[in-house]
Amino acid sequence: MEGTIRTATPLAFAALGETVVERSGLINIGLEGAIIAGAFGGFVAAGIGGVWFGFAAAGISGSAVALVFAFFAVRLRADQIIAGTAISLLALGITATLNRFLFGSDSFTSGISTMATLPIPGFSSIPIIGRALFSQPPVTYLLYLAIPATWWWMYRTHAGLGLRATGEDPRAAIVAGVPVNRLQYGAVLFGGFMGGIAGGTLVIAQAGSFAEAMSAGRGFIAVAIVVLGRWHPVGAAGAAVVFGAASALQYLFQAMGWSLPYQVFLALPYVLTLLVLASVTGRASAPASLGKWGTTD
Amino acid sequence: MPTRVINQQINTNDVGGMIEYVLLGDALVRATPLILAGLAVAIAFRAGVLNIGAEGQLLVGAAASAAVSVSAAAIGIAVIPLALVAGAFAGALWAGIAAELRRRFHVLEIISTIMLNFIALHMVSFMVRGPLQEPSRIYPQTESLPLAAQLPIIAPGTRLHLGFLIAIAIACVLAWVFRSTAAGFRIRAVGSSRSAAATAGMINVDRTTYRVFLISGSLAGLAGAVEVSGVTFALYENISPGYGYTAIAVALIAGLSPARVIASGIFFGILETGAGALQRDFGIPSSTALVTEALLILLAIGLASIRGRATHPFAGR
Repeated sequence: MEGTIRTATPLAFAALGETVVERSGLINIGLEGAIIAGAFGGFVAAGIGGVWFGFAAAGISGSAVALVFAFFAVRLRADQIIAGTAISLLALGITATLNRFLFGSDSFTSGISTMATLPIPGFSSIPIIGRALFSQPPVTYLLYLAIPATWWWMYRTHAGLGLRATGEDPRAAIVAGVPVNRLQYGAVLFGGFMGGIAGGTLVIAQAGSFAEAMSAGRGFIAVAIVVLGRWHPVGAAGAAVVFGAASALQYLFQAMGWSLPYQVFLALPYVLTLLVLASVTGRASAPASLGKWGTTD
Repeated sequence: MPTRVINQQINTNDVGGMIEYVLLGDALVRATPLILAGLAVAIAFRAGVLNIGAEGQLLVGAAASAAVSVSAAAIGIAVIPLALVAGAFAGALWAGIAAELRRRFHVLEIISTIMLNFIALHMVSFMVRGPLQEPSRIYPQTESLPLAAQLPIIAPGTRLHLGFLIAIAIACVLAWVFRSTAAGFRIRAVGSSRSAAATAGMINVDRTTYRVFLISGSLAGLAGAVEVSGVTFALYENISPGYGYTAIAVALIAGLSPARVIASGIFFGILETGAGALQRDFGIPSSTALVTEALLILLAIGLASIRGRATHPFAGR
């Protein structure tokens, strides 16, 4: 159970941010880049100024990567998929290069002290779910706050309405006086910030060290989680938990003594992503203009 | 044409010339999988299929060809074409999963192909530690290919193998298909506008998309097979240093034109060989090549959209 939430936390951060991005009509595959940048930025900063400084740096690193995407997707209206893919490669390359310059040629770096778990008195002793939900690092509790906050912003504020209108029909939104470009820039920067926090979580709250390409496709999985969560913040969080649970199954299988090759477990999240996408995308309701602005069709 | 260049290099007959000759050979060796995978990406993008999965298709192609080469070595030299076909077939099969997911369930191929890349990586990892591991069971790799299963060297003194000429030939055929055949026209039409191609009535958009996806996968699979039969002579985990991702840059810099993929593939081959040399000699990480490639992709699409701006109804807002 703790493993489920542990795996789900970075995915939920990233998917929550990407939900906002996609509701603005953009699809940022560069999320993977924001996560790896956040992991690296968080690792460096946490070694200097402690865990919270690390998380701040992680979020800013993610936003910096997202800013590049925003420039291409919003300012230039370039192809979002290709821009996003290139930005992921860019961030993977830059972090790997910096890692080797700063910490030597070895891809395995020395550890930092990780964020300790902080059981919430009372809540953490609730039977069954208490320990899983409320005996986590504090960053997980920030996630619990971010989910309703994002929902409230998207569905209960004027700006949130404008964002959703932009995602459905940006031309109509412009005519209605919605500041489309500003909203899309904001959404992408927010998405990058959350992606960065996701990367920071991997390093600061979990691994305690940085490894090249340690994001391991979580950015792409998060994009799939957004689909599974039907472009809704609460849905995204729920979908991330489903993923976490499925990934945690491997510990169960191992405990039961099933002798499957370990690569099967490593491949499991990706297989699961495919199965999930196949079962939901046919009838899911994507924002009408998702990824389309600037293309010919 | 490349052989003529190489002959000149031999005739210079001095040490510097020899080193250049060997390095040029290395660059062309490196360019070979990049050209084939670059063609895979170019043909897919041309038809509007965003196949980001050349990496995974290349890996399964490499695995399939290694399996064939090792197990059918007894048939002698005939094993080479068999292994290459097996690689292409496996690549097509791997792309076929994504194509099928797109056709039946409308799964975005961008996500599905990336997921398949990761799955392929873990599958190769399993293969070289399981069913395909070398007989002594010490190293995570297949046994080395017998000489008869290796692609012949075409330039003495280098590692340049027949696969390079195969890649050039396929690029030329594809250039011709695009320019002068109905199939090429269908692909270009579907890529320019799916709705227009469908409305015109003469083109089955879904079938064209599906076929292009399979052809793209087979080219990437062939790239993997050629790499095993021509360069590594064995399958191991890190057999591809991201050829499938570099291929995206190769295709975009070439403007998705098969003929120009040859030039951009060689350019990236030189770039990556140079990056490898810089790492050896000056300790500059080879991941800088990845950064360069990513920047070149961004430059290409940035320039394309600035050029296309004047026609955009909402330009400048």
